[in-house]
Amino acid sequence: MTTTFLQINNINKRFGATQAVNDVSFGLNKGEVLALIGENGAGKSTVVKILTGIYQPDSGGIVLNGETLRLSSPQAAAKSGIGAIHQETVMFDELSVAENLFVGNHPVTSKFFAGGLVNWKLMLERAEIVLDKMDAKIDPEMPLRELSVAQKHLVQIARALSQDSSVVIMDEPTASLSKAEIEDLYRIVRQLRDAGKAVLLITHKFDEVFALADRYVVLRDGKNVGTGNITDTSSEDLIRLMAGREVGALFPKLESKPGNVMLEVKNFEHPTEFSSINFSVRKGEILGFYGLVGAGRSEVMQAVFGLNAAATGSVLIDGKTVSIKSPADAVKNGLVYVPEDRQIAGAILPMSILHNITLASLSSIGNILNRNKEESMAMPLAERLSLRAANLEQNVSELSGGNQQKVVLSKWLATNPNVIILDEPTKGIDVGAKAAVHSFMSELVQNGLAVILVSSELPEVMNMSDRILVMREGRLVAEFDARVATAEEIVSQAAGNTRELVV
Amino acid sequence: MKVWKTYGRELILLGLLLALLVGVGIRSPSFISLKTFDAIWHDSALLIVLALTQMLVIMSRGIDLSVAANLALSGMLVGLLAKAVPGIPVIALLICGALSGLVLGIINASLINFLEIPPIVSSLGMMSVYRGLTYVVSGGQWINANELPTGLVDFPNARFLGITGLEWVSLIALVLGWFLVHQSRFGREIRALGGNPNAAKYVGIPETKRLFVLYALSGVVAGMVGVLWVARFALANTEIASGFELQVVAACVLGGVSIAGGVGSVIGTALGAIFLTTLYNALPVVNVSPFWQTAIVGVAILVAAIVNQGASRVKGKTILRRA
Amino acid sequence: MTENSRSNPVRARAPFKISSLLLRWELLLLVMLAIVMVLNGRLSEYFWDAANLGDATPIFAEKGMIALAMALLILCREIDLSVASIIALSSLLMGFAAQSGANWVVLLLVGVGTGTVCGFVNGFLVVRFAVPSIAITLGTMSLFRGIAQAVLGDTALTSYPESFGNLGQGYALPNLPISFVTFLILAVCVGVFLARTRWGRNLYAIGNNPEAARFSGIPVARYRLALFTFSGTLAGLAAVFLTSRITTTRPNIAQGWELDVITMTVLGGVSIAGGVGNILGVVLSVLLLGMIQFGMGLINIPGIVASIIIGILMVLAIALPPIIKRFVKPDAKS
Repeated sequence: MTTTFLQINNINKRFGATQAVNDVSFGLNKGEVLALIGENGAGKSTVVKILTGIYQPDSGGIVLNGETLRLSSPQAAAKSGIGAIHQETVMFDELSVAENLFVGNHPVTSKFFAGGLVNWKLMLERAEIVLDKMDAKIDPEMPLRELSVAQKHLVQIARALSQDSSVVIMDEPTASLSKAEIEDLYRIVRQLRDAGKAVLLITHKFDEVFALADRYVVLRDGKNVGTGNITDTSSEDLIRLMAGREVGALFPKLESKPGNVMLEVKNFEHPTEFSSINFSVRKGEILGFYGLVGAGRSEVMQAVFGLNAAATGSVLIDGKTVSIKSPADAVKNGLVYVPEDRQIAGAILPMSILHNITLASLSSIGNILNRNKEESMAMPLAERLSLRAANLEQNVSELSGGNQQKVVLSKWLATNPNVIILDEPTKGIDVGAKAAVHSFMSELVQNGLAVILVSSELPEVMNMSDRILVMREGRLVAEFDARVATAEEIVSQAAGNTRELVV
Repeated sequence: MKVWKTYGRELILLGLLLALLVGVGIRSPSFISLKTFDAIWHDSALLIVLALTQMLVIMSRGIDLSVAANLALSGMLVGLLAKAVPGIPVIALLICGALSGLVLGIINASLINFLEIPPIVSSLGMMSVYRGLTYVVSGGQWINANELPTGLVDFPNARFLGITGLEWVSLIALVLGWFLVHQSRFGREIRALGGNPNAAKYVGIPETKRLFVLYALSGVVAGMVGVLWVARFALANTEIASGFELQVVAACVLGGVSIAGGVGSVIGTALGAIFLTTLYNALPVVNVSPFWQTAIVGVAILVAAIVNQGASRVKGKTILRRA
Repeated sequence: MTENSRSNPVRARAPFKISSLLLRWELLLLVMLAIVMVLNGRLSEYFWDAANLGDATPIFAEKGMIALAMALLILCREIDLSVASIIALSSLLMGFAAQSGANWVVLLLVGVGTGTVCGFVNGFLVVRFAVPSIAITLGTMSLFRGIAQAVLGDTALTSYPESFGNLGQGYALPNLPISFVTFLILAVCVGVFLARTRWGRNLYAIGNNPEAARFSGIPVARYRLALFTFSGTLAGLAAVFLTSRITTTRPNIAQGWELDVITMTVLGGVSIAGGVGNILGVVLSVLLLGMIQFGMGLINIPGIVASIIIGILMVLAIALPPIIKRFVKPDAKS
């Protein structure tokens, strides 16, 4: 049919109510870098998991070098020559760096005893070769738990390279790297391409796409909505493809007049996570927090919310100093936090929508539960956020990501907060739900709430915020007025320009 | 520094063990003798063997509470066999014990891996069932020394190169255990599985397959220990090794095995078992009533669990650069 | 399902389905209980006798009380292996108090108080050091019973005042022992607490997702501490009834009860994985296990053989529901 090296034909994958991947086809040649781009939740990670044997597609096929593959396990994928750097940290803290590179694929001496005895010497040698190739100065015998975040990331990249795959998949590889580390990664990717590997680069950063890729595939809501050569396109075209609508429609920012200072955070310090954090947010204002993944933004917000006992500093709400030692204290003072990890820290998936929405405000109903009062608390919120569900007794686990997020938002709005902190509120949700969350944010500030938006998506931060703060390595490094700031300025502050040695 | 990072937990335990010996030795110098060490080793041998397999199970984030009941049932079956077939060779009895243990282990492994019953519930249920079956197969009768082959009863105390049979068994278990846990692919994958089950899926470790083999192995070992137990005490009845599963788990916890999974070493676990046995042996020597044994073990478990946890507590991210 | 819901507004309640009522675990327990009662009646002519039935209750009512607290703990992904040892320690202190001439009120307070303190110690260690409760309570299980053993050696305390014996041997109503009535009253209280109050709702939230519960402003650590303390309190209360019933404190008193109590809880439908279960199920399972043991006693089957059936029941209790659901779901959906 085609002469492409890796061909994906009509892949489908469904999770409950969500069609995560919808009839996706594309091809990948040897010696080229193909960028698979799309918003968070467009289905990129699902495609990666199908290609690496973690998920099996409901239908469709994968052809590699003319052979149809059945990737029933990660090992099958590795054996076929498909290696991946996953977005989530796939690491074992208790094992050494070398073993982390080879676990699941240990070099063994003989097969007679319990799957073979591990050949430590060979493993160390091979680990050293791979780490040297990457210029990573990491002792392969070190236990992984002793490494810094960036070093762990390098180990993960080394793992993919160690498998000597013909297809290398990189899922958001630069999300937590500094600028200098990103340059190193670019070099590695180009090396791979020149060595004749087929590279699939999953990303939503345009500078990466234009710096590295030869061709692109755009996914939106699980569908392939456009393919072509990088030289024939522009970032405006790609944004339009990714969003499926004009940018303005995705970011319905309404004018609002910021009022008095609602929340003031003073001298927040933590021994290892952040230092000298001072900021304030006004009524009717959206304050954007931008930075690389791992810059310490979530850590600061969780400390403000009373989740980090080691942090020190003071918080003023509406001009009054308040003592926040636990989330309960924060909620009492009208400060709420929508965490980034919706499924772990946000929603309680096995519980009903109703019970999730009322969870944080049960005390206003009374100590004895009252079904009718709970319903009259939850129904208006469900309608206001146009929640898509059959009924309030449905478990949250049955809802799509966007609707789960609406339930979490409803839970906090039921407490009548003054300040709401949103940590990556649109991560992993479809474009329609994203627009709904954005328009809802606009509505909130018009009603006089103060909103803090923590986001790694530059368009979101730039289009929704009134002011933007940038964090890098645990410190606030810059403040911008959103109306005049440029993307280049913000990114260069976030990534930093100089390379410092990580010890 | 590197030695400390890798073996810190074991060194602390070794230090505690030495401190215990010195402490007891000051009160009663005769305690520090080869004879005492020999007795402690002999006494701890079976505990070491069971603790080693339990360590692997706990490392995988599971637990096997059925080992003592499996031991009793296998021991009883072998005892009945020996009684019915006088003159049966000892090795045949050992193999029968292993087979019985394997079958019982596979039942537990199937419940855990195919019916997805949490290990604590499954092994607790099987503990009741196996203990009850021990009563049923024996009709509540005892099997005494005169009904067991002398070759079997003599084996635990028989000395070869100056070392008793049980001590040899524990030596073999330690060597095999060390290869299995630290050198074999199986052991490394079990450790990875317990350390981060989600990541283990990404690197393609077949969880069900590995855990099935693990619980079956735990059964085999319990079955063989059952034969040795009957041989050592020259007695099989429904009550043998009752509650021993908790001592096994205690030896693991003392040896630095984390209940949260992924952490544990053969040396540490063996030291844990020896520490426990030393404590038992030392109490009468220092004129503490042996009735204090249980309470002291309790304190030891608490301290070990708290110290282990403190050592492995998740550190926050280090985001700030060190100057 | 989602397709048509797009056009419709969200409804407050799900439509009533008879299958969801019929598939309740509690119903299955009730059917099993009925079968066991009928079988017992067939096996022994002495079974359907109010006095006999009443006298059979204290044995399981004492364990059942602890199961109520254990249910809350397991619901929140915790476990307390030390309950039987708490009984031993409570009984020990009651024995000493009785020797120095305490009356039954003081003994009751000593028993319950000791249990409460022990439970608080468990809770404090679990919360303060963030150690899995299975490890902590394994340790205190040895420690608490060890203290009783060390103090008693191979002796026993038997000098309890006559008034004290009434608690465990007396009747609240004709044929209804005080301990059984106490168990029922406690069951209603705990049941209402769990199902009808906001604290109960918070327990479900903690059990289903402790992290999200913490992020929702629920003081998770405080709940844990309270639950372990409560478990100790009820173990202390059980110690009062048990000691009073047998008027003897031996170091091996209530040995192995923790396993019976956990079996009762799990068979009652409380999931070890957390977040699932209710008190009605636990009460039914307490009655079911009690009746099985009583029936077997009537036909002279030793307790250790009964444990085979109980062990199998416990495993089935967990294995069956997912299997039943797998078979029933296809037609329930269409």
